[in-house]
Amino acid sequence: MNRIDQLFAAKKERILNIYCTAGFPALEDTLPVMTALQAHGADMIELGMPFSDPLADGPVIQDSSTRALQNGMSIKKLFEQLKGFRKNIQVPVILMGYLNPVLQFGVEAFLQQCAETGVDGIILPDLPMAEYEQDYKPLFEKYGLHLIFLVTPETSDARIRQIDAVSNGFVYAVSSSSTTGKDKDMKGQQAYFERLKKLQLQHPVLIGFGIKDKATFDAACAYSNGAIIGTAFIKAVENSQALDKDIQQFIQTVLS
Amino acid sequence: MEIAVNTNGSKYHVNEKGYYGNFGGAYIPEMLYPNVEELRQNYMQIMADPAFQQQFTQLLKDYVGRPSPLYLAQRLSEKYKANIYLKREDLNHTGAHKVNNTIGQILLAQRLGKKRIIAETGAGQHGVATATVCALMGLECIVYMGSVDIERQAPNVARMKMLGATVVPATSGSRTLKDATNEAIRDWINNPVDTHYIIGSVVGPHPYPDMVARFQSVISEEIKLQLQEKTGTPYPNYVMACVGGGSNAAGTFFHFLDDEQVQLIPVEAAGKGVNSGFSAATSQLGKPGVIHASKTLLMQTEDGQIIEPHSISAGLDYPGVGPLHAHLFESGRARFMNATDDEALAAAFELTRLEGIIPALESSHALAKLKDLQLQPSDVVVVCLSGRGDKDMATYINHMELIAKS
Repeated sequence: MNRIDQLFAAKKERILNIYCTAGFPALEDTLPVMTALQAHGADMIELGMPFSDPLADGPVIQDSSTRALQNGMSIKKLFEQLKGFRKNIQVPVILMGYLNPVLQFGVEAFLQQCAETGVDGIILPDLPMAEYEQDYKPLFEKYGLHLIFLVTPETSDARIRQIDAVSNGFVYAVSSSSTTGKDKDMKGQQAYFERLKKLQLQHPVLIGFGIKDKATFDAACAYSNGAIIGTAFIKAVENSQALDKDIQQFIQTVLS
Repeated sequence: MEIAVNTNGSKYHVNEKGYYGNFGGAYIPEMLYPNVEELRQNYMQIMADPAFQQQFTQLLKDYVGRPSPLYLAQRLSEKYKANIYLKREDLNHTGAHKVNNTIGQILLAQRLGKKRIIAETGAGQHGVATATVCALMGLECIVYMGSVDIERQAPNVARMKMLGATVVPATSGSRTLKDATNEAIRDWINNPVDTHYIIGSVVGPHPYPDMVARFQSVISEEIKLQLQEKTGTPYPNYVMACVGGGSNAAGTFFHFLDDEQVQLIPVEAAGKGVNSGFSAATSQLGKPGVIHASKTLLMQTEDGQIIEPHSISAGLDYPGVGPLHAHLFESGRARFMNATDDEALAAAFELTRLEGIIPALESSHALAKLKDLQLQPSDVVVVCLSGRGDKDMATYINHMELIAKS
């Protein structure tokens, strides 16, 4: 059973998924950050594969990608770093990135490396559902990898159901119509969250975008199985001199 | 004039899934799905509506000044020993072909009930053309422009501001057209309901490349009629146009795509030389990939990171090319050429001195390749003079000063 499914089978609420760009703040920080995230209570880790032109991301994650690329990060380098990480890290790990670098690496080679190193899921925001079903679904299934899809406040009920049917693992509910890290008021999103809840999807739902602290995490958890924090975490570690301590403090504050 | 809507059965036009051969599609994040889907479902129907066509045609005629002349450039023809016609898009209102598309898209945005218009711009021509139609229709206008381009195209920035647009600098990456496009897409993600994104070239997710090509297709529609009148046949031997994203080329080629006897010559910007590391010649340097939500040829590293291009002309400074052009390249239908910064400058001065026409730097890239075509005296060549050179005066003045010093 995929580790993502195991997690949701064991834990139904307040799941904390934290995003960090791979190779950030320094090139060799990928594993230390993952280790600290698991040690201090993150249930799931989303690792960003940096891209020169990250369309769905706001300035903070974009800058972290630029820095990671300057550090020398690439998909090839990431798989080298991930070799053997399952000896120490048990939480589900998802790779998030954009389609073009994966296309150049080769989709099947990429999925094979994911399976070999112990990655559980992939998020590719610019790979649409139709293209996935037409071109790539059998490959993801062959390697036992979950492709996670996004839904937004503008997604119709019918399409949410379609996405739910094609999804594996969980549905990633984008909290507002925005790029990552925008401060949009969560109160206005209640109707959307309630609509999502009423749909009673077959898959668990994690809410992301705009989740940054205890208040927003709690608010998201009231309507879903948990939430994803990215931008706020990047800000917490971008100038860190003591990664483990800063990560501990960040997670404690969110979960307190 | 009418917008071409029926192109079924052509192997060079878009298919029902939004692809040109292996290129195209809509690789958009879910956040953009409702906007792009709304467009996809409506654009053909709106364009085919006779009332829309009438309004579009009327504005092109009375506001833009179409049809633009097809001018037999006598002294240029003498020099190159052939019959060279210039399609004078530079005489359009706002000074370039870009306005054909912005007129079409603003009318479409109105029909979709949009209140806020965003656009990206490189040289500023598309930004000015968008700001112009927004002023005309009384709609809010935000233009994203790379901070490097804001500096090198100052007159157009001033025009946009005078027209009431907000010009937002794009400060990430190479701070040019690619990054302005990224910022415009991010704006659209953040404003999904009331905003229409007027893309200025034949790039972006389906249906944009097709929609923009159809609005620009008026260029080749007119060329055919004008050539028929002037030469007795609608078919020239060559049609030439510069290509950044490729909108003026798409318009210039559109009605010739299936006329295989007509050679299509897209001319890319080689910058300081195709292999200099400072170039924007995508067909020569690019590999298939996804940029701005479209599968096409793009300049990228082995790791799939997008390479920052270089061209002296801001309008051609783009690391990709529209999917139609990627298909024309792959299928061999078009013969791609490229011109360096220096060749383009020389061609700009040559046209100015031979014909009294100061062309845009972009268009000068197409003119620069007349010397490499090995023309016969009976050949008929149409070059799309996509824009005028007012915006490039600073570059031209620098060049004259350099020559005076040496």
